[in-house]
Amino acid sequence: MSRIKDCFARLETAGRKALIPYVTAGDPSPAVTVPLLHAMVEAGADILELGVPFSDPMADGPVIQLACERALSHGTRLLDVLDMVAEFRTTDSQTPIVLMGYLNTVEVLGYANFAARAKAAGVDGILTVDLPPEESDEFVEVMRAAEIDVIYLLAPTTDESRIKSVCEKGSGYVYYVSLKGVTGSAALDVAAVEEKLKQVRRHTDMPLGVGFGIRDDASARAVSQVADGVIVGSVLVNRIAELVAQPEQIPAQVSRIIAGMRAAMDA
Amino acid sequence: MPTKAELAALMQLPDDRGHFGPYGGRFVSETLIGALQELESTYESLWRDPEFQAEFDKDLAHYVGRPSPLYHAERLSRENGGAQIYLKREDLNHTGAHKVNNTIGQALIAKKMGKPRVIAETGAGQHGVASATVAARLGLECVVYMGIEDVRRQALNVYRMKLLGATVVPVESGTRTLKDAMNEAMRDWVTNVDSTYYIIGTAAGPHPYPKLVRDFQSIIGREARQQSLDQIGRLPDALVACVGGGSNAIGLFHPFIEDADVRMYGVEAGGYGIETGQHAAPLSAGRPGVLHGNRTYLMEDDAGQILGTHSVSAGLDYPGVGPEHAWLKDAGRAEYVDATDEEALAAFRTLTKVEGIMPALESSHAVAYALKLARTMRKDQIIVVNLSGRGDKDIHTVASLDGIDV
Repeated sequence: MSRIKDCFARLETAGRKALIPYVTAGDPSPAVTVPLLHAMVEAGADILELGVPFSDPMADGPVIQLACERALSHGTRLLDVLDMVAEFRTTDSQTPIVLMGYLNTVEVLGYANFAARAKAAGVDGILTVDLPPEESDEFVEVMRAAEIDVIYLLAPTTDESRIKSVCEKGSGYVYYVSLKGVTGSAALDVAAVEEKLKQVRRHTDMPLGVGFGIRDDASARAVSQVADGVIVGSVLVNRIAELVAQPEQIPAQVSRIIAGMRAAMDA
Repeated sequence: MPTKAELAALMQLPDDRGHFGPYGGRFVSETLIGALQELESTYESLWRDPEFQAEFDKDLAHYVGRPSPLYHAERLSRENGGAQIYLKREDLNHTGAHKVNNTIGQALIAKKMGKPRVIAETGAGQHGVASATVAARLGLECVVYMGIEDVRRQALNVYRMKLLGATVVPVESGTRTLKDAMNEAMRDWVTNVDSTYYIIGTAAGPHPYPKLVRDFQSIIGREARQQSLDQIGRLPDALVACVGGGSNAIGLFHPFIEDADVRMYGVEAGGYGIETGQHAAPLSAGRPGVLHGNRTYLMEDDAGQILGTHSVSAGLDYPGVGPEHAWLKDAGRAEYVDATDEEALAAFRTLTKVEGIMPALESSHAVAYALKLARTMRKDQIIVVNLSGRGDKDIHTVASLDGIDV
């Protein structure tokens, strides 16, 4: 069983929901990332989404754009991110890691080359925000062969027929974008999310994660009551940005946010 | 040169998923898919609607001032030597560039879709001005994203946009030029997708934009083809146009694709020289990748990060190119070359002095290459150059290179 499936199965047995933090790899510097990942797991994270820095993060708001710029200023490349995953795996063989980023950094390596290296490093899933299902036949085939889950986004604007085809193509979990906008946008409407998730449920048994607009314990808790997973990014990356001058504090400070959300979700 | 059947097939592109060979497509986040599907179906039905066509043609005639002349630059041709150079005078269009052909078309679509707000990205400011102009005319709210570096280089156009009632948002992220303006416009669109129509200014971006912009700009080539037959009695031997994103070039080239004897040259910005790496010539020195919603040639590093570009002309300062050009290159139908900053500036001065026509710095790249090409051709051969815009907006840039503060 894949780490992602195994993780959701364990959570279901325990009656808990997945907490899925996102950080950008190499932000603010490469040495911070692996200790930060371990600290987040210790604080209650179930799955880790690791952002691959890209020069033109079109779907991201200013918070993650700046994180990409900080990471790129140290030259963090996709291959460096894979090295970080491999290092993380030396002491954690259980927590699933999903890479999140843009297609071009993968495309430049070649799909098969990337898949082999990512699998060897211990990557479990990949989410390329600018690769919709229509363009990803070959991509999915290559990732499946390497047993890497391809995770897709669903949006408030996704209609019923697309929900069906996206769910057929994806694996691991579904990432539902809670609002129209970029990462770090305004607060979400939980009732509207619940309504849409009901629609998605009719087409898939995959776990449903919800991201965009979750910024505090209360919103994490609210979303955990309607979804299988709570994805949180910009609020963590924001904290990292505040601590650029004190990078040694980043793991503890970010973990504090995670622990708060974990407690609220489990309460 | 491709065979007759292959040329006919090129004319039919893109396919129904927006692909030109391996290029093009729709590489955007899920939130925008619905909007692009809606735009595609609206556009396809409008483009076949005689009423829409009549409205578009009427605006092109009476608002833009089409047809634009095909002018025989006799003195330039004589002094330069070699082939006869004809200029397709897109600089004489209302707002001073070819950009308005497309914004007129897209604003009509926005109106039909009931969108009260339009957004645009701009480099040199010509597309921003053309968008602000049509928005003013149709009473639409208009927001233009422009890299802060370009805001500085193109102060005159920034003020023009403001006078036209548009809000100009300076973009400070990334390299602070056209590509970053496009990122920011995409972010706006994803956030305001219900109320907003995104007027992309070049023949790039996610499907259906490359097709739709090409179709609106193809008026340039259709006119030039007919004018050649009427004025010269035959088709030209070569077409020359500058290529940033490539909208003026595809507009000129497309109606000639099946005319196998007409050679096509797209001129990219060579900046300080291709060998310096400081340029904006992805077709000459880049490789295929995915950016801004389409697969095309890009300037990128080994890790797939998009590189900064350099060109004296803000409108060519872009690391990608429209996907149809990528395919015309690979298919062997069009050739892509470059002109450096220095060559473009020299051509700017030459055309101004010899013909009394001041070209935009973007178009000056096409003029520069045409002058070189002409000298390798016979006197009875014909080159049509797309003079895509006028140079008034660049006077400050040229003056400051001369050390003069105007």
